[in-house]
Amino acid sequence: MSSEWPLWEVFIRGQHGLNHRHVGSLHAPDADMAIKHARDVYTRRNEGVSIWVVKSVDIAASSPSEKGPLFEPSNDKVYRHPTFYDIPDEVGHM
Amino acid sequence: MYAQLVKSEGKSQAELTPEDIAFQERIDRGEKIEPKEWMPEGYRKTLIRQIGQHAHSEIVGQLPEGNWITRAPTLERKQILLAKVQDEAGHGLYLYCAAETLGVSRDQLLEKLHSGEMKYSSIFNYPTLTWADMGAVGWLVDGAAIMNQVPLQRTSYGPYSRAMIRICKEESFHQRQGYAIMMKMATGTPEQKRMAQDALNRLWYPSLMMFGPSDKDSVHSVQSMAWKIKMNSNDELRQKFVDQTVPQAEYLGLTVPDPNLKWNEEKGGYDFSEPDWDEFYQVLKGNGPCNKERLGARVKAWEDGAWYRDAMVAHAKKKAARAVAAE
Ligand SMILES: [Fe+2]
Ligand SMILES: [Fe+2]
Repeated sequence: MSSEWPLWEVFIRGQHGLNHRHVGSLHAPDADMAIKHARDVYTRRNEGVSIWVVKSVDIAASSPSEKGPLFEPSNDKVYRHPTFYDIPDEVGHM
Repeated sequence: MYAQLVKSEGKSQAELTPEDIAFQERIDRGEKIEPKEWMPEGYRKTLIRQIGQHAHSEIVGQLPEGNWITRAPTLERKQILLAKVQDEAGHGLYLYCAAETLGVSRDQLLEKLHSGEMKYSSIFNYPTLTWADMGAVGWLVDGAAIMNQVPLQRTSYGPYSRAMIRICKEESFHQRQGYAIMMKMATGTPEQKRMAQDALNRLWYPSLMMFGPSDKDSVHSVQSMAWKIKMNSNDELRQKFVDQTVPQAEYLGLTVPDPNLKWNEEKGGYDFSEPDWDEFYQVLKGNGPCNKERLGARVKAWEDGAWYRDAMVAHAKKKAARAVAAE
């Protein structure tokens, strides 16, 4: 049996009020140690106010080959953007 | 507005614990409160009510516009309306998730909506009778929503604030597509212009009601404002909305249905008539023109969808069992 520690993905909240952002990954035997390691590896310069760790195997990701079918359909839906509509300046910001 | 008459659960000054005081100081310093941190029970409960009501409004708010998707005058207009209604579904989901971080489940919230224990904005209990209403809703209703949601981006509860930031990014399109419809109608045939005027006539006062009762009758504001759950008073936002909207109506060549509407040089804003507050309370009580229809549609959608939700869970279980067996 391999004793290699599992891989964890690390998310840091940089400042009060912001979303946690993915900053990288690390190995650790369990969640507690992963948070401790994340503190040492990713916040040595006070980069964060909060840490999340998630086991890498628990992350489901879209496959790169699906990029087209997943994201291209929104390209021709320009009407979802406010700039699609001509609103005269006189009526104020909208 | 999307959350009208939310009951706030504050304590009296004498009951405040050191934790309560430290908590208030954090808020006063502009810190955000995050899900796992200590918070007063009243803060948590009030937020669940407010975010829940806000989420319900986004979801029920799909109905009056969904009503016109199949009857949109052009394919392009149909696509636009569909995209807008789809956005509102997304807004509801962001908000339910923000509420769930406070320890309530989405099913619990929906149950309370369906039983009538929780409310949604009164505006969605009015009917949408003509295509011009799609213009007036985007222009006025989304306009009023934006007025309230922009300051809420700075609310003290982190998940709520972040949901608001996402939502506000998407709202501009909603209001602009509505105003673009109004511009088309107002410069169209005499009948079209009449329809535009009629939509404004019917939706003006219900839109003013979205901001909630007048400050003098708004009993829960003080605590919510101290907690930065509510950022502005009802009357303040209503005034801002009127000041912004009247010139837009004038540009369209439409008349705001208020004989008392007048620019007040001294205060630098319009004087205007208050909506009929008796009607407002009646609508909240369930006696508006469409309350039964709206809630009925929600309950039906929930019940009709039960077999699908169950089937998806059964399928996921089967797949998981197969994966285990293959190992
Ligand atoms: Fe919305
Ligand atoms: Fe909207």
